[in-house]
Amino acid sequence: MTKLFRYLKKRDWAMAAASLVFIIGQIWLDLRLPEYMSEITVLVQTEGSTMSQILTAGAKMLGCALGSMAMAIITCYFTSVIAASISRRLQSELYHQVLSFSSEEMNHFSTASLITRSTNDVTQVQMIFAMGMQLMIKAPITAVMAILKIQDKGNWQWTSLTAGAVILLMAVIGALMGYALPKFRKMQTLTDNLNRITRENLTGLRVVRAYNAERYQENKFTAANNEMTTNSLQVNRAMAVLNPVMSLVMNGISLGIYWIGAYLIESAGMQDKLGIFSNMVVFSSYSMQVIMSFMMLAMIFVLLPRAQVSAKRILEVLQTAPSLHNGSSDSDGSHQGEIEFDHVSFRYPGADANVLEDITFTAHKGETVAFIGATGSGKTTLVNLIPRLYDVSEGSVKVDGVDVRDYDMKKLRDKLGYVSQKAVLFAGTIRDNIRLGDNGKAAVPDNEIEKALDIAQSSDFVGNIPEGIGGAVSQNGANFSGGQKQRLSIARAVARKPEIYIFDDSFSALDYKTDRILRSRLKQESAGVTTLIVAQRIGTILDADKIIVLEDGRAVGIGTHKQLLESCPVYQEIAASQLSKEELSR
Amino acid sequence: MRPMNHHASLPKGKFSPEGLKKLYAFCKKYIPAVIIALVCAVGGTVFTILGPDKLSDLTDLITQGLMTGIDFDGVTRVAVTLTVMYGCSALLTFTQGQLMTVTTQRISQGLREAISKKINRLPIDYYNKTTFGDILSRVTNDVDTISQAIQNSIITLVSSVVLLLGCLLMMFKTNWVMTVSAIVASLIGFVLMVLIMGRSQRYFIARQQGLGDMNGHIEEAYAGHTVIRVSNAEKEFSEKFEALNEKLYQASWKSQFLSGLMMPIMGFIGNLGYVTVCVIGALLTMNGNITFGVIVAFMVYVRLFTTPLSQIAQAMTNIQSAAAASGRVFDFLEAEEMEDESNKTKRLTNPTGQVSFQHVKFGYTPDRVIIHDFSQEVHPGEKVAIVGPTGAGKTTLVNLLMRFYEIDGGSISMDGINLKDLTRENVHSLFGMVLQDTWLFEGTIRDNIVYGKQGVTDEDLDRVCKAVGLYHYVHTLPNGYDTVLDGGISLSEGQKQLMTIARAMIENAPMLILDEATSSVDTRTELLIQQAMDRLTEGRTSFVIAHRLSTIKNADIILVLKDGDIIESGNHQTLLEKGGFYAELYNAQFAHS
Repeated sequence: MTKLFRYLKKRDWAMAAASLVFIIGQIWLDLRLPEYMSEITVLVQTEGSTMSQILTAGAKMLGCALGSMAMAIITCYFTSVIAASISRRLQSELYHQVLSFSSEEMNHFSTASLITRSTNDVTQVQMIFAMGMQLMIKAPITAVMAILKIQDKGNWQWTSLTAGAVILLMAVIGALMGYALPKFRKMQTLTDNLNRITRENLTGLRVVRAYNAERYQENKFTAANNEMTTNSLQVNRAMAVLNPVMSLVMNGISLGIYWIGAYLIESAGMQDKLGIFSNMVVFSSYSMQVIMSFMMLAMIFVLLPRAQVSAKRILEVLQTAPSLHNGSSDSDGSHQGEIEFDHVSFRYPGADANVLEDITFTAHKGETVAFIGATGSGKTTLVNLIPRLYDVSEGSVKVDGVDVRDYDMKKLRDKLGYVSQKAVLFAGTIRDNIRLGDNGKAAVPDNEIEKALDIAQSSDFVGNIPEGIGGAVSQNGANFSGGQKQRLSIARAVARKPEIYIFDDSFSALDYKTDRILRSRLKQESAGVTTLIVAQRIGTILDADKIIVLEDGRAVGIGTHKQLLESCPVYQEIAASQLSKEELSR
Repeated sequence: MRPMNHHASLPKGKFSPEGLKKLYAFCKKYIPAVIIALVCAVGGTVFTILGPDKLSDLTDLITQGLMTGIDFDGVTRVAVTLTVMYGCSALLTFTQGQLMTVTTQRISQGLREAISKKINRLPIDYYNKTTFGDILSRVTNDVDTISQAIQNSIITLVSSVVLLLGCLLMMFKTNWVMTVSAIVASLIGFVLMVLIMGRSQRYFIARQQGLGDMNGHIEEAYAGHTVIRVSNAEKEFSEKFEALNEKLYQASWKSQFLSGLMMPIMGFIGNLGYVTVCVIGALLTMNGNITFGVIVAFMVYVRLFTTPLSQIAQAMTNIQSAAAASGRVFDFLEAEEMEDESNKTKRLTNPTGQVSFQHVKFGYTPDRVIIHDFSQEVHPGEKVAIVGPTGAGKTTLVNLLMRFYEIDGGSISMDGINLKDLTRENVHSLFGMVLQDTWLFEGTIRDNIVYGKQGVTDEDLDRVCKAVGLYHYVHTLPNGYDTVLDGGISLSEGQKQLMTIARAMIENAPMLILDEATSSVDTRTELLIQQAMDRLTEGRTSFVIAHRLSTIKNADIILVLKDGDIIESGNHQTLLEKGGFYAELYNAQFAHS
């Protein structure tokens, strides 16, 4: 938690220091109030006091109250600003950190967890800064100052009564927390559970009904629901004990002080009686302050652990150094459009086997190189090494004759038009999505966008949108079908006019006909562009200059369709599963 | 059967007495408990009000005895009375708290249960018009809001009103001059508070909105991380993010600040009342109109008097949002359900597998007909393949066959019985189904494959898993069939698909529907699955939708669908020879560009 203080700026520290001053001032004024009260009490009791004396004391007391409010408001302003700005800063740092992560770190944390850390966890921290910090400073200071105040006014009877009450309250709160907190923490898991089962039922709606498994799902839900209800009953019933106990103790304290006070006054000397009486009034109100501040402290100990967990989760992300380091080179233009894999092996961090094993090949300018193989054979991993989503474990990958690790990553990616396996669209317009990012050239004009859409076989459905390329794309592209999303993300790569295309199984949602037309248009329009294609369908890659057959991370065949049909058993099997005899011999 | 778009019609925070009325009806059986709790709360409050009066008696006894000697019998009497009162008050508050907690939890449990049951009684159509997130938020957030309101607000509201009235009564009874001055002092503060609350509301909404926008952006950016990086779009996204972040920051500190003002202002109101009471009390005492005990009593009354005002305001806000939440919950609970089928007596248990579609007409919305006029005879044991471009209505046909949707015209019948005359449950039991999205849930492999079917033995599981080629894999897992599928076990898409096929095999229904069942596996794995499925479809009428035409070459009949109508039908050979749309589709996979 304290490590988060590093993210406070000078201005925040200044404000924090100022609020400390104001908090102390406020407490000091707050604690003056009972003094004026007792002054008024004494004045009222004393024969011969004048009205003006009482009014003066009253005015002073009101002045204190006003001053206290003003200081509290100023403190509140400072803490609100500090809390909001630390949350803004953390959020921003997290966001930039995550954007700078490579796929390795993304996988390590998982996207879902990073999202929670950037949202919920930051909110938790903001809450503790907004409320907890102020309490944390205020409570102990109030307690100490209040105790100092009553030190000389009190006597052992009143003091031990108050101390006893504090201990009793702490014990009750401690016991309740000890009982309820673990259950309280379990709450989140139980809620997640309930959510999961509901989500499960919703996503599997058709399966659930097809199998007549409605009752089965409902029983699962009921069990989770019962478990959650039992747990929250226990928590809430325990918490409901707190309230009556608290008011009992508070009321008991004032009663006790007065009751004891009666005997003390009686046994005191004549001249002391009035003094003891006014002390009694003062003591009872200060003792309330003491008890209240101890209770505030207890509350903080309830809030703090949660914020602490959040802080830890945030720091984990911030302190993870991106595993990829940016180089500074750019290519000299001599080997333009050339990709070279030289004995490349790759394993995921922590894994015990290589995903890719000793891959060597070269794709020359304008060539089409295709990768085929079973799911899990390493095709996607292989092409992901080119834009440096991961770094090789052994060997090297060169683009335009330069090792990708030496590139300024931006320069490297300027050369690439990469289409991922899962089409990704962002909220905005179609234009924004096609024009996404920076490729070192001027922004793509509308007519180029139209052309890219045309090549990617998207003109027809984009044409049907009244706003055309200004048409809205909703979050995750939810308003487009899988095939449409895929075509739009292909258009995005086309509009970049790259030196190298990388298509990672990007044609899978297209029907054969669209797939074929799209690829032939692409070939026409972008002559001289090197193309790497990962595919499942033989039809997609039949006419590639070079097909690389992957099996368990090894290249078990490299050649053209014809060559591989003759020489590569794995390729033959794949082909046989998709084509008939006549087609194979065509 | 057209549930409306509820959530759009009821924005959060809008007051709906309708929602509260329905909630009341739902909670009827808990009303006695709530009433007892209320009585307890009122009782506890009464003691709270009487307390200061007694305390002032005690003070008076002491002051009167300052010079002359204290009347200790009186002191003891008053102190004991007070002890008993405080004790009773605590006991009543305790009883009330326990009662309300149990009531609230039971009500939310009931609401959640009702929502869960409702999910399976709504037509599938309903879910096209609402998001899962929306329904999930009803189960959790809305029910939570309701339970918070019931747990706290009702009691707070009633006891605050009682406290307020009681305080007023006691204060007037004690001294009206001081009462009026205390009220005036408190009212000034209260008006101030209402003004601030009204203003802060706007920033709270802005903050919620800002948080929502920001979370949406973060979600999108993190999910599309790779694309952003590879497209060098980091700068673009950062700029967008910083703009959102700045907006959130502004709303955030303002709302925090304004809501933080409440406490100090409340404190000041208290002190203001205090001073007023003291000064005026002192004046009156000096004139001999009142005793000092009255001042002590009033000091407490002023505190008691200012708290309920803000609590009532708070409770009202809570109840308002609970009303909105229960509006949303009951909109869902009261959405039109699927037709009641308890009066249907016809049952089809051993179908031959003959299916007849006659002039079937259907559209998801009345203005967009998907299937215009579909007629087809399917003979027992036939493998029927349905192909065609995306949006041609292939999956729609399956939806109609399973009666996930009701047809708008024509009929579908099996062995001469119209599907409409059978219960949906009966229809579902006739089909095994494997879908494109491999739906597995968190649970053991056994649970996933057996899925609710009774009397499945391990031998059955072994047999089925051998058939689909999962046997070896399952037995390499530490707990075999009892391995729990969660984040720890990573299944490939292909294995998941095999799992769902195994599930269909265990169900062993007389007919089969395979909707793109092998689309997410590579072709060699597909071959394996294909063999498993051929075994599965043997002798059963089956409907197969496939993207990869290689999967359906051996179908008895291939229906080529385009825009909801059959444009060609026949087997693979005849369709190829015909040289039509199918041939074009088929050859497209081999054409050299």
